Formats: sequence, C-alpha cells, structure tokens
Amino acid sequence: MTTLNINGKMHNVTAEDDTPLLWVIREQVGLTGTKYGCGVAACGACSVHLNGAVVRSCSIPLSAIKATDKIVTIEAVATPVAKAVQHAWAELDVPQCGYCQSGQIMAATALLAAKPKPTDQDIDAAMTNICRCGTYQRIRAAVHLAAESMTHKAKA
Amino acid sequence: MKKIANGSAIANPSRRQFVVGSATAAGGLALGMHLPILMGSAEAADALSDAELNVWVVVKPDDSCLIRIARSEMGQGTATGLAQLVAEELECDWKKVSIEFPTPGQNAAKKRAWGNMSTGGSAGIRTSQDYVRRGGAAARIMLLQAAADQWKVPVGELAVSEGVITHAASKRKTSYGKVATAAAKLTPPDEKAIVLKDPHNWKVAGHALHRLDTADKLNGGKVFSIDLKLPGMLNAAIKQSPVFGGKLVSFDDTKVLNRPGVKRVVKVNDSAVAVVADTWWHAKTALDALPIVWDEGEGATQSSATIAARLQEGLTADNVFAHRNEGDAMKAIAASAKKIEAVYSTPFLAHGCMEPMNCTAKISADRAEVWLPTQNGEASHTALAEESGLPPAQCEVYKLDLGTGFGRRGGTQDYTRQAVAIAKQFPGVPVKLIWSREEDIQHDFYRPISQAKLSAGIDADGNLTALHARVAGQSINAFFNPTLMKDGKDERLLQGFYEKPGDAQLGYTFPNFLLEYAMRNTHVPVGPWRGVNTNQNGVYMECFLDEVARAAGKDPLEFRRALMKNHPKHLGVLNAAAEKAGWNKPLPKGVFRGIAQFMGYGSYSAAVAEVSIGKDGKVKVHRMVLALNCGHAVNPGQIAAQVEGSVAYGLSAAFYGEINIDKGRVSQSNFHDYGVLKLADMPKVETVIVPTYDFWGGVGEPTICVVSPALLNAIYAATGKPVRSLPLKNLQMA
Repeated sequence: MTTLNINGKMHNVTAEDDTPLLWVIREQVGLTGTKYGCGVAACGACSVHLNGAVVRSCSIPLSAIKATDKIVTIEAVATPVAKAVQHAWAELDVPQCGYCQSGQIMAATALLAAKPKPTDQDIDAAMTNICRCGTYQRIRAAVHLAAESMTHKAKA
Repeated sequence: MKKIANGSAIANPSRRQFVVGSATAAGGLALGMHLPILMGSAEAADALSDAELNVWVVVKPDDSCLIRIARSEMGQGTATGLAQLVAEELECDWKKVSIEFPTPGQNAAKKRAWGNMSTGGSAGIRTSQDYVRRGGAAARIMLLQAAADQWKVPVGELAVSEGVITHAASKRKTSYGKVATAAAKLTPPDEKAIVLKDPHNWKVAGHALHRLDTADKLNGGKVFSIDLKLPGMLNAAIKQSPVFGGKLVSFDDTKVLNRPGVKRVVKVNDSAVAVVADTWWHAKTALDALPIVWDEGEGATQSSATIAARLQEGLTADNVFAHRNEGDAMKAIAASAKKIEAVYSTPFLAHGCMEPMNCTAKISADRAEVWLPTQNGEASHTALAEESGLPPAQCEVYKLDLGTGFGRRGGTQDYTRQAVAIAKQFPGVPVKLIWSREEDIQHDFYRPISQAKLSAGIDADGNLTALHARVAGQSINAFFNPTLMKDGKDERLLQGFYEKPGDAQLGYTFPNFLLEYAMRNTHVPVGPWRGVNTNQNGVYMECFLDEVARAAGKDPLEFRRALMKNHPKHLGVLNAAAEKAGWNKPLPKGVFRGIAQFMGYGSYSAAVAEVSIGKDGKVKVHRMVLALNCGHAVNPGQIAAQVEGSVAYGLSAAFYGEINIDKGRVSQSNFHDYGVLKLADMPKVETVIVPTYDFWGGVGEPTICVVSPALLNAIYAATGKPVRSLPLKNLQMA
C-alpha cells in the first residue's frame, strides 16, 4: 500500500511499484480527467502538477512518488492562474474534441505560474503537448489572454 | 440520451451526473426512449413533463429547449452548428438550448427518424441541414398554433422572439414552455411545404457563437468512452498480428495467468489475442509478457521498397483506366514547344487519433450493448449485432463524443467487433478494450500510398497546351469492397480531378487533358483520412502547375487564372486568398510565398503559405492564409477552427507523416517516431470565409488539401528546387 496526496486528499492505493502514476490516478483513484495518449511522455495528455511543476504522469512510476509529494490533477486545479486559463480557454473556444485539453491546461497553468507574462518563445518552449485537432493557434492566444487578465486583476 | 447543457459559463461548470448503467437497468423512459446515460432521478421525473414537438425538438416547462443531434461530435463542432440551424428556425432562446444525442438503437426503432447518423466526408451539416431546419420550423409552427388556439386569435397575428410569443393587438404574452404540452398534441405541419428563412436574415445560425460543449472539457469532467466506469467492469488489452493478414497460431497463457489482476487470455477472431484483467495496466503489462506465435503469412515479404516498385510500374503500365480524355493530350505534348515532366510520391499515413481506439461491450444472452467513440453509430450497431449474434432490436450503441476521428472511426468498426468478441467470453460482464498507442499506429486503416506522373506541354508564348496526369496508388474502395472494383476503375482515387461539378471538381480547363489511374493495391489496410485523396491529388496537380508556370516564365497565380475562366468559384477563393495574403506585395528578406487551390467535399479552397528556410535547412512556416467557400457559413468561428485544425493536420503530414513497411509490418510505433506538429511550429493562420449562399459544402476536410501544396510551392520559390516527395523531414533543404 502506498499513500498519495492527490488534490489535497490522502489516497491509499494498492498497485505495483512500477505502475505509472497515470494509471494509478485513472484506475486506482478513479480520476479520469488525466488522459492516456502515448505512454511514452511524447504527447502530454497525462500532464499533472507534481509539487507545482508540470510532469507527464505516464512515465513516472508509483515508486518515485513520496507521501509528502503534492499531486494536483485537472479536476482540482483551482488557483487564480488556473481559473484565468480556463476562462481564456472558454472565451476563445480553444477545445475542439477536448481530449488533450486537460494536459494543455495543466501545462499552461504551470507556465503562467512561473512566468506571468510569457513571450511567444516562452509559450513555444513550454507548450509542447500534442493536439491532433490543431488548436495551437488558439492555445497561444489563450495563454496571452490569461496573462493579460491576471495583469488586469493585479492592477485592479 | 446524453445531455449537454449550454456551457458558456465556466465559473460554475456543469458537472453532469454520470450515473452509468445499461439502458434497461436505468429504466428511465422519457418520451418513450431509453436513456443510455441516465439523468439524475429528479431530472428524469421532470423529463416526463417535457413536450416532444418532433424528433428534433423537446421543449421543457421552464422554456429550455432540447435539440437532438444525430451526427457524432468529435471536435469538429457539428453538434453546435446543427443546434444553431434548428434554433434559428425554432426561434427559441439560444441561452436555453441544450443538446442530446439519440442512439442508433432508437433510430432503428423509429425507422431512421433521425436519418443517417454517419459523420464523415464533411457531410454532418450539409447533408442534414435541410431536414433539421424543417424540424425546427415545424416545432415553431406548432408552438405558435397552440398559443393562437389558446387565445382564439388567428396565428398570423402572433409574433415570436427568443421563445416568447406575443399578440400585439391584445397585448398578451406567453412562452414556449407554457404552450409546449398543447403544441405537442397538434398535427404536425407538412415539413416539405415549410418555407425556410433566407440565410441572409439568420440571427442564430451564421454567427460565431460559442460552442455548446466546452465547459466540461476544461475541468476534466467530460467522460470520453475511454474513461467509462461500469460496475464490475474488466479491462482488456489487445495485440494483433504485426504483419497485416497474419494469423494467431498460439500463445502461452501459463506465463501470465499468475500476474496480478489477470483473469484470462482470449483469442480474438483469427488474428489477435487479448488479456483481460481487473485494470488496463495489468492487462497491458501481462500482454507485453505473453509469448505469442504468429503465422505472418504472405504479407511478410512486403516492404516500402516492393510497394514503391509496384507503384512505379503503374506509372508506365499499359491498359490503365482513363477517367478523362479530352482532345489528344499525348499528341499535343509531343508537338509542344516545351515539355515538362515530373513524378511525385506520397506515403501511407496513420490517423493518430488523440483518444486511442477503445470500446466497452457488455453481452448477455438476450442483450448486447457497446459504449464507444464512433463516427458511424449505425455501422457500430450493425457490427454489434453481427458479432454478438443477437437481433439488432436487442442491441444498443451508446455514442460518446470522440477524442477525434479523422475518418478512422467510421465504417470499419474493427475495435467494436474486437470488444464484442472479447466480452462475449464474459457473459453479462462489461469489458473495456483499450488499444495501446503502439497498436493504434501499427494497425490503422492508412491513408493510401500513391505516386503520380504528370507531363505538360507549353507553347512558345508560355501557354499550357496539354496535360497528362497518371496516378498509381491503392484504392480504398477496393480494400473495403473488392467486388465493386472492375478493371481498376476507382474514380475516388482521382478525387479533386473530376469534370463533374459539385463535389470535387478540377478547377482548370486544359486544351487537351488525359487523366489516368493505375490501381496498385497492397496488403496494407487503407481507409479515409481527413481529406482522403484530395490530399495527394492536391499536391500532384498544384505542385506540378507551379513547375509548369515557372518553366513558362509566368507568375503561379497568373498562370492559374488563365486556366480558370470556366471555374468562377475556384477562381473566387484563389483570388480571395491571394488578396488577403497580399500576393503582389513585397515580403521580408528570405521569406517566400506559395499558392494553391483545390476542391473537395463540395467546397472550394485556396491557400497562400509564407516560409523561410534557415541555414540549417529548417523550414519555418510564418503565415498561412486560407480562403474557403463552403456555400453557407453556419458558425464562422468554428469554421475558422476547422481551417486552423486542417493546417495543423496537413502540416503534420507534410513535415513528418510517414508510415513505412518492413517485413510486412509498420516500422513506426508512437508519437516519438510518427511525428506530428507541435505548437512552436504552428504558423499564424488567417481564414477568409467567402460563402456564396447557392450551395452547401463541407467544412471539416476541404481546406486540408491546399495546405501541403501551398507550403511546397513556397519552398520551391525559396530554393528553386521542386519538392516531389513527402515528408519533408526526409529531404535535405540546406
């Protein structure tokens, strides 16, 4: 049995040490907003926050996670930055099918938390998740929009 | 039915309650129909007081309107667009609209009252817009009549706006919700006699409204089929014969049955084996450890080289199918002042759907059910009935929104049949089959491989006198239904070159024209891939015309215009793209333009690409302008999204897309070696929508076929060397 802190709650899970965090989250904890896309850390659909940093959960074994680690999934990401991202995503109708968007939102939230006013180059470097619908142009615009809205709020 | 509330407000995102069970167990009957994914019980009780005006429209006492969508939603926005069309005629309050999806079983039980449920060929809106609009209009007529009856005034004296009915003379007012029950009892009007609104007067349709289905895509709340949880559910992982056409000989399940969670190892049809376990991860890891013996069959002798040789033979073979033969192209080319010839090739491509193939099946003695992402719910229903052996009336299909489709999840239903075959061995137990990404890349129905040889003659003034085009490639129709193919005649391989107007007409008139097709099939399964054969043919024709234009010393745009006098709509989008791009305006140093136009799926498309090439040979696409005439623009915002998506999908193919065959099997296995475009390489896309309102064209696919040729023509402009084979990653640019 391993104890995990996911979304602020402690979960006791029974899984083999080499089980990827993604499948622990989906099949043991039952949170399915985090998606399986490739299993080899190539697509980012499985992105979650581990102690505030965005990671690809399909390639992190359960054994690498400590009980003191804080994991946040799309279901509970609720910081002001995350809310600004979600609002911008809705405003610009970013999602098409939506399958990759959990991961995109987790990546964008981590980017904006680290760099509140990202440049296009910052966005290029941080937003490497695959979207097969091709929502990239709107993702870029929505990251900028979220950054602007936070600046606006900070001034107000 | 699955319900989706209007989701514009994300501050309090709708958290749909997903109480999931079989339809019969759920027992919820609203309007005489099963609810595959049951609403909360309070909602279900409320549903009994809803009024069904017709199969498309249900009005609730609180004035909210439920609009039914027969086509599948896979990200392309069709559900929102169809709802806009119904709401436009219904004159309801858009803010109170929600949508639901009838099931294929319900459609069959009602003698296909919802029509064709297939969602492919960019046909979701254009082939159902007429009857769904009539459905909305018929409901409006009934609602107004019910108010008129109640007030005992002529219906012609009533006005309606956003679901509020008014009678000016008596200053009375009511709403749809209040008269809906009475309206539902009236005799429906003759839908065919209804005069629909002039699209120029649309208030809801024709506008870039927000999608209805965004909210739960932002918070992890949306349940895709792969996310489904059913009581007692088992999970399955599958491995199919690595070589196409190979058979399963044996497997040694004793090596994996003692692994955690493993229930059983099962044969699936003749060519696959699955491990069934408590979790998918347990199933997948046990499958990886399972010793399997395959009979690889004849396919194992095939490789990319043998396939390429077969296509090359087709380029010069005798007795091929001549689809168009106007004038005497061969004679005119021979007599021309200058002759140009080029051979092009395009590879097999996988779809790479973001949500891997999956299907949950529950089969008992008298009932068969599947939950899945499908572009064709009726094909899923047929597959379920055939594979389960139960009559269609005892089968039900629950369509969940797809994590993309791109043509992969249409008629073939391979994953559906597999899930049913597995679940049959666990009677009454739901089993969810999920393919690994590796299985997905290596067992697709690939975009067909083809090559083309084109030759043209130009006279002393640089005018094109004749063109000969021959395509040698694999036929999708031959793969799916070989009996349809005779003498190598599959016109679909010449999509975009047709003389006939309306669908995929060539936009040029050549003084002499010979168009031929040499069918050269392989053992690799092929199928529709967003844009299908317009992708390859667009490259062949549009890149070749640039080569001819340059040989004639002419500007590629002007050269095309001279050939397009008989094709005003093709010319219209070409001009629109050129104008928006500023074709004749100077570019920054080192940036070059390319242009292309082509037609598919009843719509006209053109593109201008702007690229530069770094010292390292890396091609950077800075900007793409796309013009589209799809006849009617139901939601310009979503049309732009489809164009942007087509650019990303098209550039993925142009830069990286390639499925190679070695010893009969696919060499690539995942996104690390089957590369796709990422955000950093996405150019700025500008969409110009120029609807002419005299036809209904498609949206999801038409623009993809001009993406690659515009890009390749820009590279040609930059380097002076034509690009004749894809993908670009294999070419040395510096």
